[in-house]
Amino acid sequence: MTTDLRVVGGDLVPPQSERRHLLSMTDLTRDDVDRLLATAQSFALSQERENKKLPTLRGRLILNVFYESSTRTSSSFELAAKRLSADTMTLKSSGSSVEKGESLKDTTQTLSAYEPDVIVLRHPEAGAPEFVARNTEARVVNAGDGKHQHPTQALLDLFTMRQAFGRLDGLHVAIVGDVLHSRVARSLVQALEMVGADATFVGPPPLVPEGIVPVSHDIAAIADADVIYVLRMQKERMLAGANFVPSLREYAARWGITPERVRDGQRVMHPGPMNRGVEIDARVADSDASLVVDQVRAGLVVRMAVLYDLLTAGPVAVETAVGVA
Amino acid sequence: MLAGRKGHDDVVIRGARVLDPVEGVDATLDVRVDGGTIAQLGESLEANGHRVVEGAGLTLVPAFVDLHVHLRTPGREDEETIESGTAAAAAGGYCAILAMPNTEPVIDEPELVRGLRVRALEEAHVPVGFFAAITKGQNGEELTEMGALADAGAVGFTDDGRPVQAAGLMRRALQYNAVTGRPIAVHCEEPTLTRGGHAHAGIVAAELGLGGWPSVGESLMVSRDVDLAGDTGQPVHLMHLSARESVEHLRRAQAHGIRATAEATPHHLCLTDEAVRSLDANLKMNPPLRTEDDRKALVDAVRDGTIGAIATDHAPHAPEEKDVPFEAAPFGVLGLETAFAALYTNLVEPGALPLQTLLERMSTGPAAIFGIERPRIAVGATANLTLIDLSASWRVKAENLRSRSTNSWLLDKRLQSRVTMTMANGRVAFS
Repeated sequence: MTTDLRVVGGDLVPPQSERRHLLSMTDLTRDDVDRLLATAQSFALSQERENKKLPTLRGRLILNVFYESSTRTSSSFELAAKRLSADTMTLKSSGSSVEKGESLKDTTQTLSAYEPDVIVLRHPEAGAPEFVARNTEARVVNAGDGKHQHPTQALLDLFTMRQAFGRLDGLHVAIVGDVLHSRVARSLVQALEMVGADATFVGPPPLVPEGIVPVSHDIAAIADADVIYVLRMQKERMLAGANFVPSLREYAARWGITPERVRDGQRVMHPGPMNRGVEIDARVADSDASLVVDQVRAGLVVRMAVLYDLLTAGPVAVETAVGVA
Repeated sequence: MLAGRKGHDDVVIRGARVLDPVEGVDATLDVRVDGGTIAQLGESLEANGHRVVEGAGLTLVPAFVDLHVHLRTPGREDEETIESGTAAAAAGGYCAILAMPNTEPVIDEPELVRGLRVRALEEAHVPVGFFAAITKGQNGEELTEMGALADAGAVGFTDDGRPVQAAGLMRRALQYNAVTGRPIAVHCEEPTLTRGGHAHAGIVAAELGLGGWPSVGESLMVSRDVDLAGDTGQPVHLMHLSARESVEHLRRAQAHGIRATAEATPHHLCLTDEAVRSLDANLKMNPPLRTEDDRKALVDAVRDGTIGAIATDHAPHAPEEKDVPFEAAPFGVLGLETAFAALYTNLVEPGALPLQTLLERMSTGPAAIFGIERPRIAVGATANLTLIDLSASWRVKAENLRSRSTNSWLLDKRLQSRVTMTMANGRVAFS
């Protein structure tokens, strides 16, 4: 076991405490964030090898429970678990008892009977991960709840920014678009504050909440930013009659990220899936300024780091646990 | 108008601090109740074979009146019944409560009112007044037969849970009030402003990503309804106010002589939206908890009498409905068994509200708004009395609640002061 642990180094041992969860960015301290990013960095090195699989979480069970559709998040959690040799299953609400009206409490109790080590949860309602955490013995990772939080996305975004700029402290990030409905934005502003970076919200007034960080309704405000972080315009929220903005066309004209609006040295990020031609011009999405693919790559190693961090309690304890098993 | 058993109990309460701020009584006295009526106040009264209640160290006050209770009957007797809800009321020190008509079915026919009154006579621990709906099925489209409903014993009219969205219909309802003489109580909410709202539209909801329910969603309707009350010359009662702007509209209307009254709930007087950060479904109410500025405005309005009544909006919900993620949960929390203690702990003890004012706003104030006989401690008055141990400290436990539901925002919290006995309509309803 010690050889596996050396992959991430002895200084990356998480605090040994009671059962921990990752429900919100506010669950983490600055030390936690630094440790997770360093762990992710060492996993990134391991992913350059021919054999990408590590035996670290062999025999552990990680359940991915997705009540909303997801490509990036569900696939990267599943792959992260597999790369760490854990047993993993991904359950989607369609085709499960959820469709038959089973309550979240009952589903949690049912899945907990398998004694999973981690439940990764994506759910359309804010507070669902807290609810599951109260009803299971497993550790819970929030993979996005309602418009509330998406902490692993924020961590992978920090990881991506640090790789691109070599630092996080003092970076300025303009978060552009539909902040109101974005859990990504909520987690990201907390993460940025934690590492000494600044954020500004830019977008149409009905979609940009006041009082959290500075706000601008003028797209020109992105000129000062190191990173233009573009949020998805959720088309289902922009149906005729919702009136958050008059039309997607008007949105694209005023707030869309076009090549003309991106200056040299700026980098562009997007949590995906992108609506090309709406919030982001295809030429920007495919340009060298874009970090979108780096974000996906970071997603894998950051989620490996999160699972590792929650499930390892230091080399001695791990050896003991393995001995018992 | 209230339906409940008349009691003829013989009781002597010895040596309590007798405190009735409206009657101007504040002295250590014995109180003798003969056949359910207060017969004598004095020192060292004869027991005459009556039940003797030792009151030394306790405070005897006029019992409370709650204008806003959901008894969930008919339709959701799993959540509350007339029996369980009035047992909770008695344990909270109430001698009279008014029940909301948003049941299944909605109380919109005279026979439904009559049926409920018969059941209350059989099973209620304290008298109950039953509201009828303003519109049929509370659909906001067609007035109920308000005259017939008043004749059947409806205590007033409300579409609580829903606003009367059409101003024209609201005006007609108020005009018709001149015929029935029974007050109209309004739930102030402009639905196009509150759709999708789960918490106050402020910084907390923005940070948590919860749909916002803005203050203007309430105050706009308050403004409309006090204007309609002024226009029709009829009284209007504004239920569960939550926002500073609403209080300001109300105060302005009252200054112009408009007959507008209002109530505030214990939870809006004690909590702010900061509490919602826990994402505990027992902190989800409609209207939502608002900011400290709003809370202070409500407390000020209760203190100066602009808001004349404290009402609980006691709203039982089944565990399977509340034991879900915050956004999936229905609005509403319990209130009857904890109202006085919550307000004593959070407002009286810290010095934000005098005890005498709290007692008035929980008893005489609400009674006056609905023309209910004022609970008072005076010779000749029906015994509507609450005995309180202000020095007691207790922890709210789900298993000890008399309500059939347990969705209290105070679960496992410690409260100061406890009701030890309640007399309602001449009978000992709780001890």
